[in-house]
Amino acid sequence: MRLPLVGALALSVFMGFGTTVRAEPPGDPTAVKEVDGKWFDAKGDPTYKVQADGAVDWYTFSGYRRYHAECHVCHGPNAEGSTYAPALKNSVKNFNYAEFYGIVVGGRENKVAGNDSVMPAFADNKNAMCYIDDLYIYIRARSTEAVGRGRPEKKAEKPAAFAEAETKCMSAK
Amino acid sequence: MHKLLLSTSVGILALFGAGVANADELLDLQKNPKDWVSPTGDYANLRYSKLKQITTENVGKLAPAWSFSTGVLRGHEGAPLVIGDVMYLHTPFPNIVYALDLNNEGKILWKYEPKQDPSVVPVMCCDTVNRGLAYGAGKIFLAQADTTLVALDAKTGKLVWSVKNGDPSKGATSTAAPHVFKDKVFVGIAGGEFGVRGSLTAYNVADGKLAWRGYSMGPDSDTLIDGEKTTHLGKPVGKDSGLNTWEGDQWQIGGGTTWGWYSYDPELNLVYYGSGNPSTWNPKQRPGDNRWSMTLWARDLDTGVAKWVYQMTPHDEWDYDGINETILANQTINGQARKTLVHFDRNGFGYTLDRVTGELLVAEKYDPAVNWATKVDMDKNSKTYGRPLVVSKYSTEQNGEDVNTKGVCPAALGSKDMQPASFSPDTGLFYVPTNHVCMDYEPFRVSYTAGQPYVGATLEMFPPPGETNMGNFIAWDARVGKIVWSNKEQFSVWSGTVTTAGGLAFYGTLEGYLKAVDLKTGKELYKYKTPSGIIGNVITYEHKGKQYVAVLSGVGGWAGIGLAAGLSKSNEGLGAVGGYKALSDYTALGGVLTVFALPDYALPIVAPAN
Repeated sequence: MRLPLVGALALSVFMGFGTTVRAEPPGDPTAVKEVDGKWFDAKGDPTYKVQADGAVDWYTFSGYRRYHAECHVCHGPNAEGSTYAPALKNSVKNFNYAEFYGIVVGGRENKVAGNDSVMPAFADNKNAMCYIDDLYIYIRARSTEAVGRGRPEKKAEKPAAFAEAETKCMSAK
Repeated sequence: MHKLLLSTSVGILALFGAGVANADELLDLQKNPKDWVSPTGDYANLRYSKLKQITTENVGKLAPAWSFSTGVLRGHEGAPLVIGDVMYLHTPFPNIVYALDLNNEGKILWKYEPKQDPSVVPVMCCDTVNRGLAYGAGKIFLAQADTTLVALDAKTGKLVWSVKNGDPSKGATSTAAPHVFKDKVFVGIAGGEFGVRGSLTAYNVADGKLAWRGYSMGPDSDTLIDGEKTTHLGKPVGKDSGLNTWEGDQWQIGGGTTWGWYSYDPELNLVYYGSGNPSTWNPKQRPGDNRWSMTLWARDLDTGVAKWVYQMTPHDEWDYDGINETILANQTINGQARKTLVHFDRNGFGYTLDRVTGELLVAEKYDPAVNWATKVDMDKNSKTYGRPLVVSKYSTEQNGEDVNTKGVCPAALGSKDMQPASFSPDTGLFYVPTNHVCMDYEPFRVSYTAGQPYVGATLEMFPPPGETNMGNFIAWDARVGKIVWSNKEQFSVWSGTVTTAGGLAFYGTLEGYLKAVDLKTGKELYKYKTPSGIIGNVITYEHKGKQYVAVLSGVGGWAGIGLAAGLSKSNEGLGAVGGYKALSDYTALGGVLTVFALPDYALPIVAPAN
């Protein structure tokens, strides 16, 4: 379900740490396919699914939670940015899933008007890497406002496949 | 003026020989109200000035006299130092130091800009803030973000010595101001959200040599605790209390960092400070009391050995860091004169202790919204003496992992964060900048990787139910633990205050206002909107017969994270009445020092000497 860490590192090298490749927009986020509670768009990239009653898929919720532990101290609550890091709800409109992956794994450095901003590499961080699709799915849902600010009120049950993969990934040495 | 004092202390040194000299230059300097010689004004952290040219009568005519752009965006915490004719000003990362000539409208005398690896930036929780400089023995001390402590020649800005205090690749950073007490310079460490084990370290002012380091947890040899002599609430703590209140070796990544303001009592020769939250924010993952995170410390200045400790929030479940300042005021409590220590903790309780013995005298809520504990048990015969009585509904430990514990007040920001309060000996009251914010808190499993965030909880913050103001500026009677008056502020008051003999308290607001209020009534007498939101501390000094008030603006810090984008949940209920708007509607980034004074026409008329 998730790329193993080694694979992720290889991808980041291929992506040139997300800084040199020309950005490519992510495409239509509409969910077309479901595998064990996880949704994918027509290109096969992970995406969100919001039911008619407002319930979000488990991955969107999980992404919300992990985002607000790992990412929000820089990127602000609800992916809306802070005084020193960009609003990811806007950033993900400009690059696709593979680029997102590369930046999270390898980090990046921006110098704007003498103000260094540095995104660390999260390749070794299980709290990010075990949930990288969840994070992408949540931020993608924020980018279209399919999911509003704050904690999603309703959510799907945690899929068994998720629980199994989570335990495996978080316990891996 | 200070040159004269310097030569006096040198004279004493010569008389008694270097080994036995008790001369404390800084102790003399801080008695001169014209200067502002340390990050908190004096050893006791009173933040009180005897200057009284600016009064309740004339403060309405206060006006900006000059201003200075630091050239740095990001959050500007702390305040400059003023020593004689020179002001020393710091900035957030890259941590530039400016020496400004007060005789020449702030002309730059020298500038120091360290070269630091920018990879330290993302391991700084909550913005790249720096809370200021310290002065001692002709040197200016800067604790850089990358934990390098540098001593600069105060006259030239040239590097005298430097020493590395921690490892940023493991998430250790410096945000706190160094503090000089007597012959030592004290530095703390930040990184509680990265599993850094906190410590307070003393270096010799003269040469940067390590004098001692006391860790917040670990074996007694690390914590400099004497199991038989160091006391907690009057009783010896026992052997290895910083080990056996943790599971396994979790103490090694236990947090308890030390990024606040420290104080010193020269008569008792004790250094006081608070330690921060245990890592991770998920309490289920670290069983035990997690000593000595969340603790007030009294350590011997020369040896570092702890005389007493008091853990305010055993086994933290809410990120109520205990790092806030310790204010050493002498007060009469129940008819008895006491050397007290007053501390406004993040957990919402205002503590008054006897700073000689560590006896707990008062522990009361300084924001009525505080709900996570009913009270602190003050019954000396009780098993839970000195502990907060936790309300189960708000216990993230009892509710457990993956459960969203709702409506906990205060939020992790605390009823007050590091923004220091002040004392006025004229009124006997404390003036406290506070947060008025609650939270939902959901802890979950988290994995430790060196140098990576180690958080393990998701939070949402919002004003207390039915309210719209997220801050208060209060006057507090620490003898009885009661609010005397309270002014509402739309946002958290994230600025340190100063009180003066002119009957005034000054503080800044997140929208960018510098405000002056009457100490007795809280009545607002002056406000001026500075270029950016204020998270710095207000100071006052005198130069060439004029009293000045100075404050850094430059919004950011934790306030910049939590508030710049608007608190999430609050909007739903309050949007309708328009009571709450995002901070970004009021202010933008930019570091500027603004210096205020009375215009010449408004100066009080002083009769000629003859």
